[in-house]
Amino acid sequence: MFPRPIQQQSPARQATYQALLPLALVVWLLPLIAVFIFSIKPDADFVSGNFWGIPSSFEMFNNYGKVFFESNMPRYLFNSLLITVPTVIGAVALSAMAGFALGIYRFKGNLLIFFMFIAGNFVPFQILMVPVRDLTIGLGLYDTITGLVLFHVAFQTGFCTLFMRNFIRALPFPLIEAARVEGISEIRIFWYVVLPLMKPALAALAVLIFTFIWNDYFWAVVLTQGPDAQPVTAGITEFNSQFRAAYHLMSAGSIVAALPPVAMFFLMQKHFIAGLTLGAVK
Amino acid sequence: MSSATTNGARAERGWYKRNEIAITPWLFLAPAMLFFAVYVIIPIGQSFWISFHQWDGLGEATWVGTANYERLLGIGEQNMDRKFEVSFWNNLKWLVLYLLAIPMGLFISLFLNQTVTGIRLYKSLFFFPFVISQVVVGLVFSWFYLPNNGLFDQIVGLVGIDIKGGMLGNPNTATYGIIAAGLWPQTAYCMILYLTGLNAVDPEQVEAARLDGAKGRKMLWYVILPQLKPATFIAFVVTIIGALRSFDLISVMTNGGPFGSTRVLSFFMFEESLSEFGFRMGYGAAIAVVLFFIMLFFIVYFLWSMYQDEKGGR
Amino acid sequence: MHSILKTSLAALVAAGVATTASADGHGLSGELRIISDMSNPAPRAVMEKLAADFDAMHDDLTVDLTIVDREAWKTQIRNALGANPPDVVNWYAATRMTPYVDAGLFMDISDLWEDPAMEGLASTKGAMTLDGKQWGVPYTYYQWGVYYRKDIFEELGLAEPATWEEELANCQVIIDSGRKCYTIGSKFLWTAGGWFDYINSRTNGYDFHIQLANGEVEWTDDRVRQTFANWRQLIDMGAFIDDHQSYSWQEAMPFMVDGEATAYLMGNFSVAAFRDGGLTDDQLDFYQFPTINPDVAPAEDAPTDTFHIASGAQNVDAAKAFLLYVTSPEVQSEINGGDALGQLPVNAAASVSDDKFIQEGFEMLSNNASGGIMQFFDRDFPAEMASVGMEGLQEFMVFPDNLDDILARLEEARQRIYQ
Repeated sequence: MFPRPIQQQSPARQATYQALLPLALVVWLLPLIAVFIFSIKPDADFVSGNFWGIPSSFEMFNNYGKVFFESNMPRYLFNSLLITVPTVIGAVALSAMAGFALGIYRFKGNLLIFFMFIAGNFVPFQILMVPVRDLTIGLGLYDTITGLVLFHVAFQTGFCTLFMRNFIRALPFPLIEAARVEGISEIRIFWYVVLPLMKPALAALAVLIFTFIWNDYFWAVVLTQGPDAQPVTAGITEFNSQFRAAYHLMSAGSIVAALPPVAMFFLMQKHFIAGLTLGAVK
Repeated sequence: MSSATTNGARAERGWYKRNEIAITPWLFLAPAMLFFAVYVIIPIGQSFWISFHQWDGLGEATWVGTANYERLLGIGEQNMDRKFEVSFWNNLKWLVLYLLAIPMGLFISLFLNQTVTGIRLYKSLFFFPFVISQVVVGLVFSWFYLPNNGLFDQIVGLVGIDIKGGMLGNPNTATYGIIAAGLWPQTAYCMILYLTGLNAVDPEQVEAARLDGAKGRKMLWYVILPQLKPATFIAFVVTIIGALRSFDLISVMTNGGPFGSTRVLSFFMFEESLSEFGFRMGYGAAIAVVLFFIMLFFIVYFLWSMYQDEKGGR
Repeated sequence: MHSILKTSLAALVAAGVATTASADGHGLSGELRIISDMSNPAPRAVMEKLAADFDAMHDDLTVDLTIVDREAWKTQIRNALGANPPDVVNWYAATRMTPYVDAGLFMDISDLWEDPAMEGLASTKGAMTLDGKQWGVPYTYYQWGVYYRKDIFEELGLAEPATWEEELANCQVIIDSGRKCYTIGSKFLWTAGGWFDYINSRTNGYDFHIQLANGEVEWTDDRVRQTFANWRQLIDMGAFIDDHQSYSWQEAMPFMVDGEATAYLMGNFSVAAFRDGGLTDDQLDFYQFPTINPDVAPAEDAPTDTFHIASGAQNVDAAKAFLLYVTSPEVQSEINGGDALGQLPVNAAASVSDDKFIQEGFEMLSNNASGGIMQFFDRDFPAEMASVGMEGLQEFMVFPDNLDDILARLEEARQRIYQ
């Protein structure tokens, strides 16, 4: 293990380490802590310049209540959910199939197609913006949740396929050969042999894509407008003007917007981290 | 009749059966490829095509040849588009400084790679910033940077530094302020990559090196880092992509200002294409193409590295 | 005399509205989709009530209202009008309509202006006309001017300045008392445009200002430089709050509420925000921007906000009926009242609220704006010039030494944009 385990070092060092940990964490999360404090402060504190001190009164329920009942926030949150969940399902399904094809079979162009997916995944969004917007308008899907979902599924498929393919590559190939000898059709092999083995990968991708899509801002701005279809990342700017320079409400709103992916992360931590490493760190 | 159908069906099934191994991959690939082609591959080509036109996104596009590029790069009698110049240099700043996330992430992961009580929670909390939307990160940091009332201004004020206009209001510091905000989640990302990598470091090699008297920095450099190479590679890839995609933070924190000093190519492109005073899809597409070529340089490198891996593998 | 005329006119117009409304009223059905940019608290309430009332008036009609952020709308409107357009949208009058008219995105509603109910709007017709046709209706306008802390002025023994010299002298006293003369939040640029409008039109006159807006004068002209030189006097003495480029206009408001700054060059919509912030009418007052060059007549910024029908609107009948409804005297009186928008009605038959700021503004625009009425920097100048221009104005306010560079850039932009 590197660095040398702290347990093997002098007690003084151990104590320092133990003390340093929480301190470092507080410094690291300082901006977030500040926002949380913002979100439970009364408006008056900002007028009087008490930005970072102790709140003069505890307004948590008031502020969050306003966010939930006097703004479009619930609507935006719901939109985000309607965008995120289908995208996760679509992208994971498509890429599981594509990953299976690229990971199991040898055929001409295999590597080329695989690299196509990877390369496409790396391109800057901007080169897609004009044509994709145009296509979405042409399909009559501008400012709809469907339009946004279709694009996200397509784009995320690149990343997911890279991941799935590498994962499937690492599966024991003899298992599949054995199934073939048994005369099981390829489709059944996918469904009954490979898919069950891919569960960890599916979970990891699902969590990861969930946060990616939930946090998307660019495409939300390009393909939608207004509370009918916009997700919470874009909606929060409206919130901004509705409450003027109301820092306390803005920060409450920000925290609410950030909560779902955070919850997702904590619930599915193990899978999440597996997903981030792109399946390349074995 | 019915037997004929059955025969035909059997014959077809027979043909499929015979070619099953050859056909199945294509069947499985078809939906993903279709989606990817329609929404990613073809649009790249279309953007190139549009960049040779003048087009407001509504009516007919007019062919203008390379005029968009000439204006952008200042070929001929005109000056280079100032906004482009600013954006380009800012993009370079982003690329270089964003890479700091890698050593910073490594540092934190080394700090956290211990087994004390509650360390798992610490690791998760350190990773926190990455899970949060960049929009929220941007908002949080813009409050953090507020002139006078901002915590940042108060802290640097203690050591006697006063940034005129505040971090985001001063054209000399604004871009760095945004990059620092971006580094926060990006460092968390690199940290988690390294933590996973450190888990996989071969303990025997470490012990062997220890017996040889290697420790500290030397150990890190000669024994640990080589084993972390895959993690470093991914960290490099995601950081470069992140740097070139920097749009959300700029849009939220400064909207390109003050006086347009924080524009980057991705933001500039968006602004030109969907601006209030007229969609300049052609000009925007030309900017996107330039950005694409910068990215392509890295994409080729990534793919080449991966190709080397593939050759080494199965 | 005036009031008699007004009342009879009101009756006439009301009758007109009644007939049109009943004529159209039966036929209106389906959905009326409105996208509005009235996103600040007071306007938001007004817009929501307008939509709800209009909905309630028509049994078969559903009004679908979407309110988007006012700053964001400036970049979204084109998108909104191009793809799956709503029926009715908010925008601004005068030159700022041009890009949408040219792109065929606004509907020509000249026929609506023939309606007798529109007579009360005759004075605003010009601002809605491009190429001899009308492209929308106004629903409110408001004066700009200097809102100031009367209590602090009294404390320092200052009077409302009428000339530039008095202005500078006042400002020096305020600065000596440890305050700033003006708060401003220039993050979204247009607030700096207001300052330029006033100093330029007071220095060189309305005609020159409009020539500049029309691209007929070089930005490097000496007269333009004179405007900036005057402006610089204030900047150099430290009249403006620090770090204004980091604030929106709302975020700059607390400086005045706290008394760290004593005045704000703003539109009348700010009054609602001042009152929300806790300033009473005893503390807050208004004066017209002082004279700089006594040889030019005062011109005033009085921007008009508007409703338009999208050329791709699905429910044109309902949209037109809505526009008539919004401009009718009753609705005009109601939505512009002191407890609503707090601005000036566009219909001559509507009553002007007795709120002191609205009255003062009405008085000023009626009797003391002989130079002319400007719409506002970002509405009089073509949108692209305004965008480049305001960026330059903001830079000037922070780095006045960059003036030569800024003007050269604006001149380069002018030559490209107006060609």
